[in-house]
Amino acid sequence: MSDLKKIRDEFISKLEGKLDLSEINQIKSDLFGKNGLVSSQFKKIGTIVESERKKFASDLNVIKDELQGLIYSKINEVENTEINKKLEKEKIDITLPARPFVRGKIHPVSQAIDEISSIFSEIGFSVEEGPDVENEYNNFTALNTPDNHPARDMHDTFYLDEKKQKLLRTHTSPVQIRTMQKDKPPFKIIAPGRTYRSDSDQTHAPMFHQVEGLHIDKNINMGHLKGCLNYFIKEFFEVDKIKMRFRPSHFPFTEPSAEVDIGYEMKDGKIIIGEGNQWLEILGCGMVHPNVLKNVKVDPTKFQGYAFGIGIDRLAMLKYGINDLRAFFDCDYRWLNHFGFDPLDVPTNYRGLSR
Amino acid sequence: MKITFDWLQDHLKTNLKEKHLLEQLTNVGLEVESVESLSADNELFKVAKIIKTEKHPNADRLKVCDVNIGEKEFKKVVCGAANAKEGLLTIYAPPGATIPQTKTKLIITKIRGVTSYGMLCSEFELNLSDESDGITELSTKYEKSIGKSFFSKSKSNLIDLSITPNRPDCLGVRGIARDLAASGFGKLSELKEKKIKSKTKQTLKVKINREKDQGCSAFGSCLITNVKNTESPQWLKDKLISVGQKPISAIVDVTNYVMLDINRPLHAYDADKIEKGIIVRNANSEEEFTALDNKNYKLEKGMCVISDRKGVLGLGGIIGGTRSGTELDTKNILLESAYFEPRSIRNTAKKLNLDTDAKFRFERGIDPLSIEAGLNKAALLIKEICGGEISKIDIQKIGTYKNKIVKFDTNLFKKVSGFKISTKEMIKILEDLGFKCKKEKKYLKLTVPSWRPDISQEIDIVEELVRISGFDKIKIISPIKERTKSTLNQTQRLFHFLQRAIASKGYLEAITWSFTDSNYNDHFKQNEKEIKIINPISSDLGVLRNSIFSNLIMYMSKNLDRGFKDLSIFEIGPVFTGSSPGEQTTVVCGLSAGKKSRLSWIEKDRNVDVFDVKKDVVQTFIEAGYDSDEFFIDDKTPNYYHPGKSGRIFLNKDKEQVAAYFGEIHPNISKKIDIKTDALIGFEIFLEHLNLHKKSLNDQKSKFTTSDFQKSERDFAFVVNRDVKVQDLINVISSVDQKLISNVKVFDVYEGENIPTNQKSIAISVTIQSPEKTLNDNDLEKINNLIIETVENKTGAKIRS
Repeated sequence: MSDLKKIRDEFISKLEGKLDLSEINQIKSDLFGKNGLVSSQFKKIGTIVESERKKFASDLNVIKDELQGLIYSKINEVENTEINKKLEKEKIDITLPARPFVRGKIHPVSQAIDEISSIFSEIGFSVEEGPDVENEYNNFTALNTPDNHPARDMHDTFYLDEKKQKLLRTHTSPVQIRTMQKDKPPFKIIAPGRTYRSDSDQTHAPMFHQVEGLHIDKNINMGHLKGCLNYFIKEFFEVDKIKMRFRPSHFPFTEPSAEVDIGYEMKDGKIIIGEGNQWLEILGCGMVHPNVLKNVKVDPTKFQGYAFGIGIDRLAMLKYGINDLRAFFDCDYRWLNHFGFDPLDVPTNYRGLSR
Repeated sequence: MKITFDWLQDHLKTNLKEKHLLEQLTNVGLEVESVESLSADNELFKVAKIIKTEKHPNADRLKVCDVNIGEKEFKKVVCGAANAKEGLLTIYAPPGATIPQTKTKLIITKIRGVTSYGMLCSEFELNLSDESDGITELSTKYEKSIGKSFFSKSKSNLIDLSITPNRPDCLGVRGIARDLAASGFGKLSELKEKKIKSKTKQTLKVKINREKDQGCSAFGSCLITNVKNTESPQWLKDKLISVGQKPISAIVDVTNYVMLDINRPLHAYDADKIEKGIIVRNANSEEEFTALDNKNYKLEKGMCVISDRKGVLGLGGIIGGTRSGTELDTKNILLESAYFEPRSIRNTAKKLNLDTDAKFRFERGIDPLSIEAGLNKAALLIKEICGGEISKIDIQKIGTYKNKIVKFDTNLFKKVSGFKISTKEMIKILEDLGFKCKKEKKYLKLTVPSWRPDISQEIDIVEELVRISGFDKIKIISPIKERTKSTLNQTQRLFHFLQRAIASKGYLEAITWSFTDSNYNDHFKQNEKEIKIINPISSDLGVLRNSIFSNLIMYMSKNLDRGFKDLSIFEIGPVFTGSSPGEQTTVVCGLSAGKKSRLSWIEKDRNVDVFDVKKDVVQTFIEAGYDSDEFFIDDKTPNYYHPGKSGRIFLNKDKEQVAAYFGEIHPNISKKIDIKTDALIGFEIFLEHLNLHKKSLNDQKSKFTTSDFQKSERDFAFVVNRDVKVQDLINVISSVDQKLISNVKVFDVYEGENIPTNQKSIAISVTIQSPEKTLNDNDLEKINNLIIETVENKTGAKIRS
């Protein structure tokens, strides 16, 4: 038996035994170290008779590869075992709770405002705002509701001075006045915001939210008004069909005026919009009264158009299934958490208004 | 306005059913608020007499009454009304009856140990009036009716309409019938108007003073002598009861009936109590009178009064006085049918805080041409029921009424409504509504009926035509999806961004009132002036908020009381700086209470602190696109913050406007408000103080460059005076070589052992990297030394060895 074969057999049997990493490394250096058994054999190549040299070299390489391969796989094996042993020790109970986190929420009214803005944005309305404190002129007189008009009684107004000149706006309609005073027609705006009336009971809060709409141009008629609201209601409630009814009504600042009802039915205690034979009043609207246009120096023989006012809180209640208006402003942690929206849920047209 | 289909049919011939009626009322703009069935139940309510009352053995305020309801045995009823007394005629509801107002079904029940069989009802409970104080008191005339049903059998439901303020004509049944007829719902009956035929003169002289702001322009009257006031006949009582009115006596009932039927308010005086004629004049200041509501009113100049020589008899068109009121034994009456100016009525009623049915009608506008019709109808009815003789009608006026004329361009209809109807149709509708129409080329010359004060211009005519034609005729024109102007401006976008940025940091968005409790507001208003609401709904909501904190703290406290300990809430909305329009700013205000982590298996308990909130604010600004290198932070804050644990942020070094305050709420305030929490930290971001970016975020970004050369981190520990601000230290280090120093991080602040008192040690790690080359030891050493030298020179720090 040649030396080579002897070395091979000896070490293969060694490597088959149970070894730790240092023992394997010892073997590795015994064989392939500077003066290792295999390394020394390589040095011998030059001394081999030429006729046998080639075979010797080739055998040596085979043995080298075999032993090296074995050593590496052995190292791998041992390392794996050790890692596995270590990992075994590191095992945790993954069912323990994650680090605590808190979720913020967006108020349903804010969410509704974003949804509403998104819908009207599609058809070219831009958002205007006005102050919460208004003067008597913008809130009433300019809107064709002069002093001593009984319609003023329909608004229970909060006043800030004894002369009743400064007040908390009772509706978002003064934004119409401000917008038309500031710019020139055409106008196509919505104005969401806080509004105030001094009554307070189960269904009324002293503060609530409205969104005003105003579209003034040449030749805007009641068909456009109907089309706009029909579109809005369908989009907002995310339904294909909507039952809508325009009822004649009266607002001093529009003529003709209408209140709009939508059809609904109750199913398992929930309101289903768009079906059924019940009617629900959701907004007031009409063609802007020529007196209002005159008050803001817009020529009513050249320009006309519509305006509407929608209760945002009411819409939010309907869409999100909220029963109690007062709870909107009660700031109860449980309510906010339950009805609030994730801040990442930004209503958009392409992703949809709601999930 | 309450009507029944039965009553309507006095004026309207129709074969249609009540179901259609309800629909049609709504279609023409007379909104049906409710329909109440005056069902068989109503027969259960009986006229009854209290025979005996005893004090309840177990309750001071209750009485046990023996009630005669026309049966052999008296019923025992427990009653709490103060006016329940022996001999009183009232209305009894037996067990099983449903009370109309409360919709509760009565059962036999023990009240404090005494069994009560049924109930004695107040007018309010029976929907007869708003009078809820005590049980109904019926006049002695009902003595004969004991045991009989109070309500008559009615086939017709009670329909409650909400009449808009522009339609006074529809405050009378006839006006409603006219609208219905115009819309095709039946035919309006001709008025069979009987006229008073009399030879006797009206002998009480009436004079309307011609003076400035005279609130009465016409005063019609007639005398009815030798009447015998009595109980109304059944048909009249039934009629009034059917619309929820309580019959009183024939004279009162007749005037009420005429008012409800044709919206013509009348007033009946006891003629014998009028001293020598009537003068309609403006009140003198300080003049007083006692009205029929038994209240004494101090009058002012400019209020229209009906007076005689002795003084005020009544406030014209609003309320009569006790002195000249009719009573059961009244013999001679003066019936008034007048026209009072809406403006005058409204001013007077507002000043005196008086609301009556007559006022409600006159301020909306009564048909000025209905004076005679009202007198005719009422006087003849009174004569029929009470006997007596009627005088001629006397009408005094200080002006003549002229019907308004509107020239109507028929093209306007389609221009506004979007649909077309023929001129013929227009004329038909308008004539049905009482207009006189004359065609003049493309115009209609329209004479407006006297009962329509709301109509004065063309657009009013359009409204009438659209309303009667039906809003369902308007065709939908779908909107075009086109946008020429951006939906939100930059400030609005920032508003929405901040709102969601703060929410994303764990804050729940709240919306609270814009007003608040002044006791809370005082803590936060600083030098701002208090803005009072003149008529708040309650005293604890009496001022506009100067800060959102007042509400947030109040609600935070409520939530803590509910048992939630760790909570962050915020609101974005207005705070007010004055009581004029525009004196308001938008603030994002947040409040955190309790612990950041509590009872967690993985983290230690830790109270929420100033640096949590500082992080929220700073992160929000950075997310909103502001450059943190530009921020400037110091410790000057309003006094509602903890003076040592609060700060303010400027978005740039110009320090022009404070972008935000943050910090612990002053412990004194927490103590006074008695809020129970481990920590209370808040912030305020001032939306209008944030500069809007002139360039878009995209354009603001500098060119994208990175350095792949090796970076090294060097740690330093400096000992400085306690009052040296870390921010200054960081600024100094950053300025040493802006090209090479890419980051400066504070990793430890230490005071105590081994550090001299009044000093602190600050450990800082500085990242050094060149964009051009790998720095060698030499380079690094150089910059190291430069950092130490600069810091020591500029801040008085000493490097800690």
